[in-house]
Amino acid sequence: MLNKKIKFSIFIRLINYVLKSWPLFILAVIMTLLSNQLALLGPKYSGDAIDAIALDSGVNFAVVTDSVIKMLVCYILSAALSYLLSIVMINISQKVVYTMRKQLFEKLTSLPIGYFDTTATGDIISRISYDIDTVNASLSHDLVQVMTSLYTVIGSLVFMWNISKPMIIIFVITVPISILFTKYRSKKVRPHFQLRSKKLGELNGYAEEMLSGGRTIQVYHRENEIGSRFDKRNDEAMKAYFKAEYYASAMGPSVNFINNLSISLVMILGGILFMYSSTGVVRSGSLFFITLGGVAQFVQYSRKFAGPINEFANILHEFQSAFSAAERVFRIIDENPEKPDGQDALSLCEVNGEVELIDVSFGYDNSREILHSINFKAKKGQTVAIVGPTGAGKTTVINLLMRFYDVKNGRITVDGISNDSIKREDLRKAYTMVLQDTWLFHGTVFENVAYGKENATLDEVISACKAARIHYYIEHLPDGYNTVLSDDGVNISKGQKQLITIARAMLSDAPMLILDEATSNVDSRTEIQIQEALSSLMKGRTCFVIAHRLSTIKNADNIIVIDKGEIIEQGNHSELLSLGGFYSKLYNSQYD
Amino acid sequence: MKTLLKYLKPYYVRMLCGFLIKVTGTVSELFLPYILTHILHTVILSQNVFDIVFWGLLMILCAGIACICNIIANRMAASVSRDYAQKIRHDLFNKTLRLSARQTDSFTVASLESRITNDTYNIHHFVGMMQRMGVRAPIMLIGGITITMIMDSFLSLVMLVSMPLLFIAVYLVSKNGIPLYAKVQTAVDSMVRVVREDAQGIRVIKALSKDKYEHSRFNKVNNTLVKREKTAGIVMGSVHPIMNLFMNMGIVCVIALSASRVTNRLSNPETVIAFMQYFTQISMSMMVMSRMFTMASKCMASANRIEEVLICEDTLIEKSKSDFPDNEVENAIEFSNVSFSYQGQKNDLENISFTLKKGESLGIIGATGSGKSTLIKLLLRFYDVDKGNVYINGEDIRTINREKLYSLFGTVMQNDFIYNDTIMENIRFGREISDEDIYKASKIAQADSFINDFSDGYSRILSQKGTNVSGGQKQRILISRALAANPSILVLDDSSSALDYKTEAALRKALRENLSDTVFVNVAQRVSAVKDCDLILVLDEGRIIGKGTHEFLMLSCSEYKQINDSQSGGAFVE
Repeated sequence: MLNKKIKFSIFIRLINYVLKSWPLFILAVIMTLLSNQLALLGPKYSGDAIDAIALDSGVNFAVVTDSVIKMLVCYILSAALSYLLSIVMINISQKVVYTMRKQLFEKLTSLPIGYFDTTATGDIISRISYDIDTVNASLSHDLVQVMTSLYTVIGSLVFMWNISKPMIIIFVITVPISILFTKYRSKKVRPHFQLRSKKLGELNGYAEEMLSGGRTIQVYHRENEIGSRFDKRNDEAMKAYFKAEYYASAMGPSVNFINNLSISLVMILGGILFMYSSTGVVRSGSLFFITLGGVAQFVQYSRKFAGPINEFANILHEFQSAFSAAERVFRIIDENPEKPDGQDALSLCEVNGEVELIDVSFGYDNSREILHSINFKAKKGQTVAIVGPTGAGKTTVINLLMRFYDVKNGRITVDGISNDSIKREDLRKAYTMVLQDTWLFHGTVFENVAYGKENATLDEVISACKAARIHYYIEHLPDGYNTVLSDDGVNISKGQKQLITIARAMLSDAPMLILDEATSNVDSRTEIQIQEALSSLMKGRTCFVIAHRLSTIKNADNIIVIDKGEIIEQGNHSELLSLGGFYSKLYNSQYD
Repeated sequence: MKTLLKYLKPYYVRMLCGFLIKVTGTVSELFLPYILTHILHTVILSQNVFDIVFWGLLMILCAGIACICNIIANRMAASVSRDYAQKIRHDLFNKTLRLSARQTDSFTVASLESRITNDTYNIHHFVGMMQRMGVRAPIMLIGGITITMIMDSFLSLVMLVSMPLLFIAVYLVSKNGIPLYAKVQTAVDSMVRVVREDAQGIRVIKALSKDKYEHSRFNKVNNTLVKREKTAGIVMGSVHPIMNLFMNMGIVCVIALSASRVTNRLSNPETVIAFMQYFTQISMSMMVMSRMFTMASKCMASANRIEEVLICEDTLIEKSKSDFPDNEVENAIEFSNVSFSYQGQKNDLENISFTLKKGESLGIIGATGSGKSTLIKLLLRFYDVDKGNVYINGEDIRTINREKLYSLFGTVMQNDFIYNDTIMENIRFGREISDEDIYKASKIAQADSFINDFSDGYSRILSQKGTNVSGGQKQRILISRALAANPSILVLDDSSSALDYKTEAALRKALRENLSDTVFVNVAQRVSAVKDCDLILVLDEGRIIGKGTHEFLMLSCSEYKQINDSQSGGAFVE
């Protein structure tokens, strides 16, 4: 739960978003007041009309007609105003939501890679969709509701006060009952609903998990076993669901009862007062005087009065969740972005492609160092292979080269210039990458390949695809290069995806190249085919290669063997073999 | 729809009881405005305070009865809908687990998931609502109309005229509004997709400094979403004002007309007060009912989606031996002239034949899409062959009882299934297997040592999809699972690819030593993984282009030799 101070600051921030469209907001406030005032006047005129009908001297048609017209006007205007109001509020809240989403997204793209390495994608998504939605609902609905409710409660109280002061006493009885009941409701019922959501979530999670293993379950003939495990969760979830409904089902009838109770009390007290008023025991002008129309009005106002009070707890709860949601959204917006480039950051124009790591140490968090004093040098056009067991720190080296992370100690230089004094954009554009995780977005094949180079032409894209040995495949897609790649669309294998990303890299004319397990998703025969393409991609560039296939490693100018964050061996293939160390052991193990 | 209605049958008696209680409650609530008028019109004339208090208390009593009855009925409804939903979900889940591969493909796993979760939830919710509001609203409506008819049929008719208008207006707005929300949903989906893509591809985006491009991409989806949300909101926002307007208009009409009726002594002012109350109640019921109608259409869609799954026929049933006689020779596995196609157009496997005897091993190698996994799927009878026969121990696979068939196999598929439970349980997989057998299996699978390196050993909890262990460790756990029940056929579909060379060699050695009677089928990318097999199949575009031992293929099959040379010994490090 958020403490009061934080809640207040979130509130102020949210209000600030709303106030950006302050003319609309003021309009909304005015419309709320007007529309409710009009709605409150309705019952008053209906009471007047009833009094005019109930006159002993016969119906006073003039007054009735007058009241009826007033009622018509009030109700029509009130309806029109409240519709306009909802349109205004939708406009305000959509503006707020649009801005929040935009800010959130733009902040996301400026965050350091580390944020994405430590935050689940699902979490980010739920903030930008679900949480912002919650804020939206609260702004467009609850804000109006609160204003309306306040106005209605006070307004009806004033009207009732004017009709009959003694009858207000009834609310001394019913309002505390309402409040007590509301309290009971939030204390008793809410935990059950939380449990219900939790159990349903678990049930759904289990179903989804097991369905993803559907074939395996069949192959091991575990349908019955898994089915009975599901039943257990189903049973728990349904019990929790019922428990919540059990308590919740008392809600509507009880609220109704409280309303009916106050009307019954109004009838008893009002009936008695009316009786004495109509027989002349209580004279007109007395505190206790009431007309038939007065009773009718009172009944209507007491209904209006009770509504918001019953709703109050709900709205309060919705505001709570809106605040927590907003807080989660703000937390991303307030994250620290990548350190901006310094004022004196250098632009890279002609990059030669000489890279050197000097005494580089690094850890993702301060407590644990992943790389310890790494030193190596890549001359222009050389290929450096990085070899080592999983978790040795190979990919970390790549992360540092691209400056996805900043080194902790030591420095990395490009053409002799230290990494961190170069503009990030220039530095990164000096590299082109092919990673193990193929990344394609929802868009056409052309767009996906052309992503690698600004304003790439179709011809350029086609020749890149030819070089990546994927042109033929693309040509045979239903719409060729205009085929939209999507999850549920064309069936495209991992290997083909990888080839598209290789084509994307082919487009780039960056002087340095990073291949991180670039062919791991491609089968051996296809690999043979693209190997040639890769070698032409590597030609003339300084290359950093992480690979598990020997053929790629063998030809490297320099092989760096990393284990537990340290370089344990360094040299070319034959040098390392003759060294008889880690590398040669690995190499020879395949002939065991 | 029919099937789901059938599921309601066992609850008819309980529903009837609930219905009667609900009716009692609702009717006693309907009496309130009537008593109110009675007090104002008649009781007051008696000039007796006690009479007024008596009738007032009677109102409270009615309100109390209404409250209690409604609570009881609601709770009964909740219990009926609970039992109903539980049963449906149970049957649906069990059915889903037993769907054939072809059926699962055509539904898609994602859609099956949402049927078990969302659609069942909708049904549950609706059945509950139906019993609560669906009973109360019509009774309020009919009861209200009846009572007002008795009080003053003319005024009642005035009211009745406005009702259908109200109903139609609300219904039309909601009907038009709901498709708009579907559009909003698709816009939300594209927005989420962009966010997901960018979160996953952040390295590429940063490397290519594409943030401006991505901002404009997001801006586009954001704009669309906002526009659609606005439209939907503006359409649906009219429901409330319209309803209030109609309701109040009715009241105005009643008052206006009653003036002349009172003059003509056809009515009295107290009746007008009661009418105003009834009118509010009736309009509310109308509102509820029109909402129920829109909900019903949504629920109907869910019901149909659930039903589609429930009525699926079992396609992979046991066939009779007279149609599919045993093979003359009793080989452990035999494929004889097998052809198969997923879509029924181009053959994905064509004319595949081979035999394996007890204790023999088969290696399958070939490019992606060459049909390796398809062959395994036929061996496991995920699909039935289009042509030819698959024999296991001499019996046609189509005649073998499923349980018996699958008890023969130990299988690891590509990217196989690891679930959120202990390592022990992931290996045991709900079967009755002793701890000793599990340790033994994981020793053969080369998993025992790394499992013991975990501080909590075999009771270490694996995360969903096994994201908290490495790829190689995952594969070794899966192989342990396949070995644990001493299968007579072991099938590994590209499931040692993440092992480093040393470990893989050790695994192959252990398999050879411990499973001399087991038929071993191994699909692999690396030659090293299959070269010791008694028989190797080289597949290309669904056909066998090489068949024989490693030595034989090196001489006879150029593709095989090419793969072998390119790997020059195979993968190097993990």
